[in-house]
Amino acid sequence: MLPSTASRPATAHTGQTKVPGLFVGMLRVFEHNLISYRRMWLTLASGVFEPLMYLLGMGYGMGSIIGDLSFRGDVVTYAAFIGPGLMASSAMNGTLFDTTYNFFFKLRESRQYDGMLVTPLTIGGLVGGELSWAVARGAIYSAFFVLTLIGLDLAEPLHALSAWPATLLTGWAFGAVGATLTSYARAWTDFDIMELIVQPMFLASTAFFPLTVFPEWAQSIVWATPLFHAVDLTRALALGTAGWSDLVHVAYLVVMGLVFGVLARRRLSRLLLE
Amino acid sequence: MTLVTARTGDPVVKAHNLVKLYGEHRAVDGIDFDIQPGETFAMLGPNGAGKSSTMKMISTVSPVTSGELRVLGLDPAADGRRIRARLGVVPQEDILDMALTVRENITVYARYFGLSRTEARHRADELLQFVQLADRADDQVRPLSGGMKRRLSIARSMVNNPELILLDEPTTGLDPQARHLLWERLYQLKRQGVTLLLTTHYMDEAEQLADRLVIMDRGRIVTEGTPRSLIETKCSRDVVELRFGEPALGTDDPDDGAARAETAAAHLRLRSERLPDRVLVYADDGDRALAGLAEHDVSAASTLIRRATLEDVFLTLTGRTLVE
Repeated sequence: MLPSTASRPATAHTGQTKVPGLFVGMLRVFEHNLISYRRMWLTLASGVFEPLMYLLGMGYGMGSIIGDLSFRGDVVTYAAFIGPGLMASSAMNGTLFDTTYNFFFKLRESRQYDGMLVTPLTIGGLVGGELSWAVARGAIYSAFFVLTLIGLDLAEPLHALSAWPATLLTGWAFGAVGATLTSYARAWTDFDIMELIVQPMFLASTAFFPLTVFPEWAQSIVWATPLFHAVDLTRALALGTAGWSDLVHVAYLVVMGLVFGVLARRRLSRLLLE
Repeated sequence: MTLVTARTGDPVVKAHNLVKLYGEHRAVDGIDFDIQPGETFAMLGPNGAGKSSTMKMISTVSPVTSGELRVLGLDPAADGRRIRARLGVVPQEDILDMALTVRENITVYARYFGLSRTEARHRADELLQFVQLADRADDQVRPLSGGMKRRLSIARSMVNNPELILLDEPTTGLDPQARHLLWERLYQLKRQGVTLLLTTHYMDEAEQLADRLVIMDRGRIVTEGTPRSLIETKCSRDVVELRFGEPALGTDDPDDGAARAETAAAHLRLRSERLPDRVLVYADDGDRALAGLAEHDVSAASTLIRRATLEDVFLTLTGRTLVE
């Protein structure tokens, strides 16, 4: 004998008349992540504290030995110099972590994306939503940075705030690259290769020292890396020395985000809708 | 309950000369079938028969290579989103979100279908009752048993009140108790007029649930019909199973026994099939066949007379067993 509750629930809903579109799909993916991370706030917190430790340790510790530096003609303390650089780097790391390790897990291990795509969600909504979430995560890290820069008097409040959007752009551009590269990854060990690229790029990105430290031939190599543009743009804004020439940085990151965003969408379409 | 297709009487799924290629591999090689509203339709076949590929095309996550496919009267290539809004899909492996609770696994997916938060929560509670997981609503997913996870997958697939539910090997890997509970739930859905499409390589599952089925092999449909009609037309009523044990030293090779059984069956004008571990003799009267074989000096280590199953149909049609 079946319990009375065993009948098929028959409450109708309104979802069948209006199928959610692309933007709503992105929002739902974002919401999905938000709910998943509610219990993982510690993971988020670690991303805030790590770069702050760098800032305190290197900015004040090493800064006391190094003294002041010159950036675009202005003399600034070492902590004020590396602060914005670390802020840009943490925005990059925040989105990269989501679009590489987390992305790979959902794509290959849990195959969660396969489950999400048998709903009205489209590939565009999936990629857009995942990237937005990754950018938001990076934005949380950099928002803490903005507050820290202001709190430690390393930047004018308005200047520090103006640097925040730059980190969103940074996060989006790197997130799109991360998602594209992850679509090619076959195993977890493939991410070691990524680390081999990201770590030297981080160290050379001018986050810790000005570009002029490098010999001329090396300067052009550093100039070609995306993190340099992110760091230089963020620093210019945070220190209030931004000018029209910084639009080059913006253009570099926008093109990077657009090209790799389209690539990521195409790659995932091929992988998930075969 | 709204069954749009039931009103129009059009098939829920209609496939004509449907083909799916993966590179050179013809996963689905020109199949025709239709599924009527309210029907439980099964695709039976071994791994690699093309069942899952067909399911993926119907759920619009795999483009059709050639041929025609209509799902709920719509074209998957053009109306994927609208089709998916009205489908429920239970994949072969449970794709549950381990970071979410049991209930959240339903509410989060409900949101993808456009339900409000309140509707989603209400619906989740109803569905968890239905699959008998209400007491686990706030638990994590990971510690659930295989059967519970599969039931949660089914509940999740029903969140949009689907007109058609696709179940890809719904009971593979479950213990008998969990299988029976699942069958009972699916039977409930069937009774309430939901159209079900399921794939399986278990003949008993198809016999239990399916109104109609197709047997697939290597991308093609080998035969179709109701479970009973297939057994009656493609096979015999009874099957006699003869096993020839390990030979004692210095005695006959068991192959001789098997060979003698095959010859005897031929004499009796009965069809037989030789498998690695036994010989099957198809007969409408199993007792008479066994007596006849005994008269021909066939002495097996053990014998069994049983009713023919879909497995026998498959074996008859392809010369291979379903589960290899």
